[in-house]
Amino acid sequence: MNAEANSLTHNTRRDFLKLGVLAGGGLVLGIGLSGCSKPAAIGAGGQPVAWLRIAGDNTITVLVDKSEMGQGVYTALTQLLAEELGVALEAIRVEAAPVGAVYTNNLLGAQITGGSTSVRDAWEKLRKAGAQARSMLVQAAAAQWGVGADTLKVDSGAVVNGRKRLTFGELAEAAAKLPVPTEVTLKPAKEFTLVGKPAKRLDTASKLDGTAIYGIDVKLPGMLHGAFAQCPTLGGTLAGFDAAQAKTMPGVKDVVGTDNGVVVIADHYWQAYKALGAVKIKWDAGANASLDNDAIRARLRKAATRNGRSVRNDGNAAAALKGAAKVVRATYELPMLAHATLEPQCCTADVRADSADVYAPTQTQTIAQATAAAVVGLKPEQVKIHTTLLGGGFGRRLEVDFIGAAMVASKAVGKPVKVIWSREQDMTHDTYRPPAFDTVAGGLDASGKLVAWKLDLTGPSITARMFPPVVETAIDPFAIEAASNYPYDVPNIAVNYNREEIGIDVGYWRSVSHALNCFVAESFMDELASAAGKDPYAFRAAMLDKQPRFKRVLDEAASRAGWGKAPAGHYQGIALMEGYGTYMAQVAEVSMKDGTLTIHRITCAVDCGQMVNPNIVDQQIEGSILFGLTAALWGDITLVRGEVQQRNFDSYRMLRLPEVPRIDVHLLESSEAPGGVGEPGTAVVGPALANAIFAATRKRLRSLPIAKQGIVTV
Amino acid sequence: MAAINVNGKALETDAAPDTPLLWVLRDHLGLTGTKFGCGAALCGACTVHIDGEPARSCQVARADVGTRRITTIEGLSADRSHAVQKAWLELDVPQCGYCQSGQLMSAAALLAQNPSPTDADIDTAMAGNICRCGTYNRIRKAVHRAAELLKKENA
Ligand code: FES
Ligand code: FES
Repeated sequence: MNAEANSLTHNTRRDFLKLGVLAGGGLVLGIGLSGCSKPAAIGAGGQPVAWLRIAGDNTITVLVDKSEMGQGVYTALTQLLAEELGVALEAIRVEAAPVGAVYTNNLLGAQITGGSTSVRDAWEKLRKAGAQARSMLVQAAAAQWGVGADTLKVDSGAVVNGRKRLTFGELAEAAAKLPVPTEVTLKPAKEFTLVGKPAKRLDTASKLDGTAIYGIDVKLPGMLHGAFAQCPTLGGTLAGFDAAQAKTMPGVKDVVGTDNGVVVIADHYWQAYKALGAVKIKWDAGANASLDNDAIRARLRKAATRNGRSVRNDGNAAAALKGAAKVVRATYELPMLAHATLEPQCCTADVRADSADVYAPTQTQTIAQATAAAVVGLKPEQVKIHTTLLGGGFGRRLEVDFIGAAMVASKAVGKPVKVIWSREQDMTHDTYRPPAFDTVAGGLDASGKLVAWKLDLTGPSITARMFPPVVETAIDPFAIEAASNYPYDVPNIAVNYNREEIGIDVGYWRSVSHALNCFVAESFMDELASAAGKDPYAFRAAMLDKQPRFKRVLDEAASRAGWGKAPAGHYQGIALMEGYGTYMAQVAEVSMKDGTLTIHRITCAVDCGQMVNPNIVDQQIEGSILFGLTAALWGDITLVRGEVQQRNFDSYRMLRLPEVPRIDVHLLESSEAPGGVGEPGTAVVGPALANAIFAATRKRLRSLPIAKQGIVTV
Repeated sequence: MAAINVNGKALETDAAPDTPLLWVLRDHLGLTGTKFGCGAALCGACTVHIDGEPARSCQVARADVGTRRITTIEGLSADRSHAVQKAWLELDVPQCGYCQSGQLMSAAALLAQNPSPTDADIDTAMAGNICRCGTYNRIRKAVHRAAELLKKENA
């Protein structure tokens, strides 16, 4: 823990604080960091904005502003607040926060759960909120007892004075009348009792008995159900439809069009789904009517011949390549991928004349609110977003394309409507992980030392569509990850980026460009090691003397995996990366029998800085590795005439239990700032595995998925 | 109205005969613990028990169920006391949790037939249940743990 986090005085000037008393009595504490000086700006939707509520009956509720999509934010963020407040984790209830300026993710500029930022964003905010509330509760007790606040202690939900105790509930009302302290001192890391401990998740029980409510489970009085069909051609629109027959079918209430699709609204989902098949729809395929993978590839290939924009330029890579004793060049091409959250896209809307409630499994409350409002001509502040649990996110629910149909449908029938996408709609109307066409070159001197490294990236930009202002002058920061921060000590490095749009929307997919660029950079490091006649681990390690965090995870992964000591017939591959402030190395161990691959073990060493909950970190890293394995082995979205060919889990294959290797995750002690843990694992496993396959077959994988390269059977 | 037997209760439903059991449970009876993932017997999220056997409820029409005994996640136990639920809680298995109703129902059905499953038995019984979050290794451990708990209960 660093000194800065201990003393928060540096940003109190920007803080504004708001306090209120709930109808039922109790403390409400909200803290804004928007830089705006008017407290009235908090809770633009009229909701009370707060991080926690303490009620007279001692119920303590923490409002978590990040969406729970399996990554454990409801638990980890609560731990941060509880640490400073001084209550046991189990004593706290978690509620999803509404939309509000106070919940703006400082790392992303809107209320967004993504980019592995949740803990990094909350690290100060929630501990500070807990400390402020605690200080007010102690002040209230001190006043009641007529003693100095500094003589009092806090012990599991109560203020204590010798043998006298006042519970937080008993103090809440008095505390709420006190001014909020602008300056609080946070505990140093060595005094943490909750943060850094492997606490059980708070959301587990409800996920074992069917009581957890996901977007798809929302029930409202009088609610109808919608089934949705979108133009099969990506980017195509609705030209017209004939619903005469569908409207005669049982339960059907209405059939309405959106700009790119048709919603059938019925009493029950199955009625709507069946009737949807009876609607005669005319599509306008639009510009992508003949788009296929070859066309996309040709486009990227051609664009790659241009000179890209410089991302990084150390020394003179071009000259050093010319002068090198040996030059290695390679081209890597990577496919599009679907997110395939297990809960398909869905949304429930209740649209009225001057307001609306939207129940959505969203990762981006701010944009969801603006989008929902725009679709039906309301103002954002007239729309209330209720965030449900998410049945997986992975970046898919940063999109808001699943909201419009429910809004249109509810407005048309004047009742709440829940719209659920079929798996086929979900799979064929994703915003896919961008494809990539990358060329890379390395120059070795006569001794086999790497003296030049040059990477040219070509692909479409996600951020240009999602957050256009970001790319107005700068290069899309989410296109160059794991390339711009190439860690090896090489005197001449050049990284260039060539943006080329491909006609369809691409989206943020778990670990974003890390998964593309780490695959290229770390596979190619293996090519260079091989050209230099060196061991892939030793080759890397020799260039990391100035990068202690990289070196530490590399050494740890190698030693834990028994690098170089695999059993006979087993082969190993290694890869590393920094992403989201987390340093990671993985070793994959494989064997081959009659051309068929078996993955025995993935060993992963991680330095993610200060951890909030090692139990959740471990889950996230293991899960992200398996997510990356699925992609590396089978992931491939293909287009024919602008239509996605993969429709369900038969043609878009997922890793299943019998195929899951042993995963050993080693979390290293670290006092550095917290890093994100949901994503890096996904990016590193691909190259580690490809490098192990090279060790086993001497064949280099320069495209994915592995299943389609004809090198091994998987 | 047709009779249907869910979680030990004789209920009635107005769902059309061809309505998949999944949607009868979720929409008509309000039992949303059973999840929709694929609608095509590919993911296992919709797994329930029909007369004690695991079944993909997205593939069984209401008319074909008749009055056979259906058990859903809501009826696995009244108070999360089934051995699989206890083991899942102990090992903190779920992440997003969306697949877990189906995982628990598949695991419970396996243990009812095979009180001491090997890893290979678990592979076979659980291969139809996708977990996109990657909780598989904990699922495997939890099935073994539930087998132990069941043995203690029956001892
Ligand atoms: S929804 Fe039934 S198996 Fe996927
Ligand atoms: S826990 Fe998310 S799909 Fe299994």
